[in-house]
Amino acid sequence: MKTQLKKVTISIAAALGMLSGAAHAQISGDVVKIGFLTDLSGVYSDIDGQGGVEAIKMAIADFGGTVNGKKIELVTADHQNKADNAASRAREWFDQQGVDMLIGGTNSGVNLSMSKVAAEKKRPFISIGPGTARLTNEECTPYTIHYAYDTVALAKVTGSTVVKQGGKSWFFLTADYAFGTSLESDTSRVVKEQGGTVLGDVKHPLGASDFSSFLLQAQSSKAQILGLANAGGDTVNSIKAANEFGITKTMKLAGLLMFISDVHALTLNLTQGMYLTDSWYWDQNDESRKWARRYFDKMKKMPTSLHAADYSAALQYLNAVKATGTDDPDKIMAYLKSGTKLNDMYVKNGYVRADGSMIHDMYLMQVKQQSESKYPWDYYKVIQMIPGEQAFTTKAETKCSLWK
Amino acid sequence: MEIFGVPLQAMMSQLLLGLVNGSFYAMLSLGLAVIFGLLNVINFAHGALYMLGAFFAWMGLTYFGLNYWEMLVLGPLAVGVFGVIIERTMLRWIYKLDHLYGLLLTFGITLMLEGAFRSAYGVSGQPYSVPDALAGATNVGFMFLPNYRAWVVLASLIVCFATWFVIEKTKIGSYLRAGTENPKLVEAFGINVPLMVTLTYGFGVALAGLAGVLAAPVIQVSPLMGSNLIIVVFAVVVIGGMGSIMGSIVTGLGLGVIEGLTKVFYPQASSTVVFIVMAIVLMIRPAGLFGRER
Repeated sequence: MKTQLKKVTISIAAALGMLSGAAHAQISGDVVKIGFLTDLSGVYSDIDGQGGVEAIKMAIADFGGTVNGKKIELVTADHQNKADNAASRAREWFDQQGVDMLIGGTNSGVNLSMSKVAAEKKRPFISIGPGTARLTNEECTPYTIHYAYDTVALAKVTGSTVVKQGGKSWFFLTADYAFGTSLESDTSRVVKEQGGTVLGDVKHPLGASDFSSFLLQAQSSKAQILGLANAGGDTVNSIKAANEFGITKTMKLAGLLMFISDVHALTLNLTQGMYLTDSWYWDQNDESRKWARRYFDKMKKMPTSLHAADYSAALQYLNAVKATGTDDPDKIMAYLKSGTKLNDMYVKNGYVRADGSMIHDMYLMQVKQQSESKYPWDYYKVIQMIPGEQAFTTKAETKCSLWK
Repeated sequence: MEIFGVPLQAMMSQLLLGLVNGSFYAMLSLGLAVIFGLLNVINFAHGALYMLGAFFAWMGLTYFGLNYWEMLVLGPLAVGVFGVIIERTMLRWIYKLDHLYGLLLTFGITLMLEGAFRSAYGVSGQPYSVPDALAGATNVGFMFLPNYRAWVVLASLIVCFATWFVIEKTKIGSYLRAGTENPKLVEAFGINVPLMVTLTYGFGVALAGLAGVLAAPVIQVSPLMGSNLIIVVFAVVVIGGMGSIMGSIVTGLGLGVIEGLTKVFYPQASSTVVFIVMAIVLMIRPAGLFGRER
């Protein structure tokens, strides 16, 4: 009798133990696994690439490698700027490797395809580097967060602020594909709203070998501002040719999408006085400087805003896991979208909106004159800070069904 | 005065700029034509070797303090030596095989070269400024032409016509041409044909290296600069006629000008126009404008 009672007690205790065990085992697979898919070898590998991998590793290191007593793991891969490649890798990671959250690096098309896979698999997807505003507009999903910037914010900040600074008449040099044309149309709308005029545009093929003839057309427009609605190598080569043909003497250049790595590659000599919009600058305050030095020790160059955003996104996700005690996708998304304030060296009082946009301040920068630059990588001065609510898509403009 | 609604002045300046770009096309396609004409190799590595020339210019300045003029001589030489090594160690084993093998081999070399430079220097590129002697611009009546661009046209024309002259009009050139027609017979006359072939390849790629050094101050020195250009240059060679020396020079310059005009009237098509011309030419003259039907 006594032994039987003992057996029952033990089995009840065991059952209870299992139950409570189930209640505590909220970290799936006993590991928090972060996946990072970006361009590690192609045209966007300088603005994100391996530097992004290091930045995420730094966030994991700041957590001591564990969260809530569970190990944090990172898997990375090169998406080679191919949307199908990225989609199949993301699917494999979610299905077979138990990746809990995916961070998307650069390239709009590739990120749109990853966003679809994440929504299908119901896992959080934080998109860092792409420009397309479709991620949080027409194609918004409950699981996608767009973290660093989008074309709408670039257009609003650069367009409105430059007009207010006196740059009333514009001419656009535009890359002839979806990104360039939407950046141009967004910006010219803002310019006109602010009372400026658009005198014309010239559309160049992606990866054009020579920009001089496009620039002569821009010059003959006699506009004050030359808006560069292109990116990467195209921007770099147009700026180089603009200097050679003396266009920078009569027009001011506004890079609608430029990163500090572009300025570094061109040197201040060719870029001084240019306007550009960014979400973060390594030299903006003590916190950012401290982090940037840490990054510099690893990579031997200063981080772009995307590297900082990679770090911040991983850190904020891990904070959410810590606060909710789980890596359950729906609980994490609910927590992040509940108005939780995000604060770290990248973002101040940011928050994730219902459409998935991470709302944070944006900055209009001007590239310093050579004489003003005192030390290596001393490139920008902040002309104006634009609060997030003004920079990103408004409720009146949105087409996202989650935010109606 | 206006032509189709475009002021004459603007038209003239676009034509001149087209000529500048045409100079690069001419120099690059000339190298390809020489190599194809004498070695029967489709040298896909040409773009990567052009990139190598530009990088040598930058490295010379950055690591050894060698200025533009020094590198204008040393850069192409170094690329030429590199080419000789490629020919001696790899290319010579595949002469007897189909053209496709040469194309695949040189394509592989391209990927390796670009990959190596990408991982060492990143993709943003390296800055290289215009040499002091050629800085500034000259008023040529209808536009301010940067002196450096004028120098590019001049240098390219001299090099192109000198090459044409050597191959078509001198004794060495006649050996070369004979060597490709009937190597055994030429060897019987006591001429070292394999050495001649090696040097020809070295010279052809040195032309690419020279174009690279000339391009360094104009566009950002980046690992991807060659792959952006090589497809257009191949189209130029096809239009001119594979292996035709004069054909590649004339079509190179001509297509630069056509491209320049397209940039005025319909800029979006400026990267496509070369291929439209290619399609038309191939339909009418399958061997190219200056090619001989065999």
